[in-house]
Amino acid sequence: MMDTKIMGRRDAECVQGGFDRDWVDIGVLHDIPLRGARCVRTPLGRIAVFRTADDQVFAIEDRCPHKAGPLSQGIVHGTSVTCPLHNMVISLETGQAQGADEGEVRTIPIRNRDGRLSIAVDTLGLLVAAE
Amino acid sequence: MKQKLVIIGNGMAPGRMLEELFERAPGLYDVVIFNGEPRVNYDRIMLSPVLSGEKLYEDIVIHGDDWYARHGVTLHKGAKVTGIDRTAKTVTSANGVTESYDKLVIATGSLPFIIPVPGHDLPGVLAYRDLDDVEKMLEATRRGGRAIVIGAGLLGLEAAYGLKRQGMDVTVIHIMPTIMERQLDPPAAYLLEKALNDRGIEIITKANTKRIVGEDKVEGIELEDGRIIDGTIVVMAVGIRPAAQLAKDAGVVTNRGIVVDDGMMTSDGAIFALGECAEHRGVCYGLVAPLYESAKTLADRLVGGASEYRGSVVNTKLKVTGINLFSAGDFAEGDDREEIVLRDATAGVYKRLVLKNNRIVGAVLYGETADGAWFFDMIKRGTDISEMRDTLIFGQAYQGGSPLDPTAAVAALPDDAEICGCNGVCKSKIVGTITAKGLTSLDDVRAHTKASASCGSCTGLVEQLMALTMGDSYNPSAVQPMCTCTELGHDDVRRLIVAKGLKTIPAVMQELEWKTSCGCAKCRPALNYYLVCDWPDEYADDYQSRFINERVHANIQKDGTYSVVPRMWGGVTNAGELRAIADVVDKFEIPMVKVTGGQRIDLLGIHKEDLPAVWADLGKAGFVSGQAYAKGLRTVKTCVGTDWCRFGTQDSTGLGIRLEKFMWGSWTPAKLKLAVSGCPRNCAEATCKDIGVICVDSGYEIHFAGAAGLDIKGTEVLGLVPTEDEALEHIVALAQMYREQGRYLERIYKWAKRVGLDEIRRQIMGDSEKRRGYFDRFVFSQKFAQVDPWSERVSGKDKHEFKPMAVVGMAEAAE
Repeated sequence: MMDTKIMGRRDAECVQGGFDRDWVDIGVLHDIPLRGARCVRTPLGRIAVFRTADDQVFAIEDRCPHKAGPLSQGIVHGTSVTCPLHNMVISLETGQAQGADEGEVRTIPIRNRDGRLSIAVDTLGLLVAAE
Repeated sequence: MKQKLVIIGNGMAPGRMLEELFERAPGLYDVVIFNGEPRVNYDRIMLSPVLSGEKLYEDIVIHGDDWYARHGVTLHKGAKVTGIDRTAKTVTSANGVTESYDKLVIATGSLPFIIPVPGHDLPGVLAYRDLDDVEKMLEATRRGGRAIVIGAGLLGLEAAYGLKRQGMDVTVIHIMPTIMERQLDPPAAYLLEKALNDRGIEIITKANTKRIVGEDKVEGIELEDGRIIDGTIVVMAVGIRPAAQLAKDAGVVTNRGIVVDDGMMTSDGAIFALGECAEHRGVCYGLVAPLYESAKTLADRLVGGASEYRGSVVNTKLKVTGINLFSAGDFAEGDDREEIVLRDATAGVYKRLVLKNNRIVGAVLYGETADGAWFFDMIKRGTDISEMRDTLIFGQAYQGGSPLDPTAAVAALPDDAEICGCNGVCKSKIVGTITAKGLTSLDDVRAHTKASASCGSCTGLVEQLMALTMGDSYNPSAVQPMCTCTELGHDDVRRLIVAKGLKTIPAVMQELEWKTSCGCAKCRPALNYYLVCDWPDEYADDYQSRFINERVHANIQKDGTYSVVPRMWGGVTNAGELRAIADVVDKFEIPMVKVTGGQRIDLLGIHKEDLPAVWADLGKAGFVSGQAYAKGLRTVKTCVGTDWCRFGTQDSTGLGIRLEKFMWGSWTPAKLKLAVSGCPRNCAEATCKDIGVICVDSGYEIHFAGAAGLDIKGTEVLGLVPTEDEALEHIVALAQMYREQGRYLERIYKWAKRVGLDEIRRQIMGDSEKRRGYFDRFVFSQKFAQVDPWSERVSGKDKHEFKPMAVVGMAEAAE
């Protein structure tokens, strides 16, 4: 049913701190609507990938800390998203709830190389099944 | 190494104690909680609103799972502790978990007292203590019949009210001559009994239960005097006793409860007791305020402090909607006591103060309870009232100075006067937080201080404090900005969009000097609506500024799945349509099919990825979207009218279908629901709708501005028109007037109240030119609006919405 294939391309590279990091390709920037989001499915749950009005990209866990709402379905404004279930506002940069609310979601390192997006799988603690 | 703190019980007292503890010394202890109930910590005093249907369980959760995770607390759910080994310092639960402790807090709460009459163990005999009891009661309400509540105390009466609200017949049995005798004197009890009778609750006092009747389930009860009362459930609310057995078995000193000193310590220096299971200076408390006070003391002790709990004077409020009742302290009569009483029979007000040595020792207020906090404060302080004795009963506003300033009363309260009893928030905390954080709205104050955030009965006081603290800058009637992105209110923004010819969201934000780069989740959907409405042909709808439901044309549910409602014009369907729905339900394994209040069929629990395929199948059978998700035209409900009904005066079904086919697809400020009834018997319930029609012999009576949701309000009459064509034109014109003037999310009844019913009648009924203008503008905008969103998406629009961008690390077979 899915038109996406299993992503298996990895490239290891050095990031600051000097350790190798595994990046896995998830598609291109234009797959995501401006001020919108798409999901990436992983064995550890959904990741929400956001594109802001000024083409910044962020990846966070797709699960609101309040009642587990799918943040990828929320309205994106600035570098925040408002959860569709009960309007908690989450910073895409830090994963922290904004305003008087408390809570945080995991952020996942994401890289934009000439419009191709990849996320750091080592932080997910997951293995790519195809390998 | 970190010390380990084990807590037995996960109710409100230990929950509050942990909040206090984490605030004082986060990370000082490894915390482990055993909870006998299979859930997190919830607000037990709000069980009554859950029973009456005014709140949901989700609304009363205090600490969600994430709270425990965030504070590193291990929570064993559904783990009832069976033994404490004080020598080994371990605790063991029924499901086999053993944890060692350095410090142990027993917070086992209390057990409902069940009168051991014959039949007390029959199925259908319930207590009223926790969420399981509430769920059992709610289950019983679905079967209907009569509920018998034994005990007319606080809990019993709240249970009776809740069961009544859920549609059961209710009889309350009470052994004493008057109800709530521990909190109320006989006159107040009389007023309360009368008010409950008026709500349809039968109360029998001086009645002793002899046995519960029934073979294998409850069928009723028999009283000592031989009377039999039929019923399908019996709720025992005759009292609670502290759950002290576990402590007693472990050799900790107990009396009625677990005996603690002023530091909440038991006879074992490593063990503390807290909450309803504890007995402090001979008193076991069953209300939340004293438990919160002692929780604070215990938290302080656990971080090495020396604070002491000295007992509490308690006050009571009954949580029955529409009944104001307050009692505090001790109001028994005595030789050394005097009383001041005020009665106003017409207004249903009764106030009584009991004095001893010029100090208030007890207060009962019925009907008018605003001064409750003030009297309660003086009871706790032991204030000498001889100076103001003459006017004392009239309340705080009458004590010297200017009696008519409503804020004078709160101004006069001392800094440490408690405003919010549920959350133990005092005046200085509210005032200090408003000043320090620059809060301006009630919601902000609730978010930051918790004041009035639980039962809400102190909201008025909190608002007065806000007025007092902010002075002139607090003006509840001032123009509310749309959101924090702008200083402009909705009306100004709408006016300027038209006046300046602004046709995109970025243009609005630029020209009206928005303070944020791309708005927020409050202003963007509003702007999108205003632009769609004002420039139907030119504006390109911005889906990213729409709430998810309108973006994917289905309703998001709590678990992230969606519900789908196909349109059934006027609520009419046929075998072919029903067959198609049945096939879709089978094919996509849709877990729930439900008939809605708007005469439609709701398919619930559909995965987002399946939506286009579901719509494709429904589309083949001729269905279009029912727009059950839209701030737009939802449903037109009808009765069968002259086609079938022997009372019908006009073709109500036909008019309903015609209206729906004319108006579907239109966006409105908030949802718009219509109904057409064929005669004044009003089977389509048109008189609580946004717009309704009552057909009569002489024509069509058009109604509007009804509500049957958060507010309940009958409709207002717009006017009578003789023909169906005229009915359609008037209704469409009214809808367009609302579309052009309503603020985003403002229902038609709120808009009508704001602009005035006469003005609306004048424009729609009295000014044919205006009416025609509205009608024509509606018709024009429909040219662009009447596109079925489902078929658009079946043919590929917004494909990205329904598929993950990528799948990482999952075998394809798993899809």
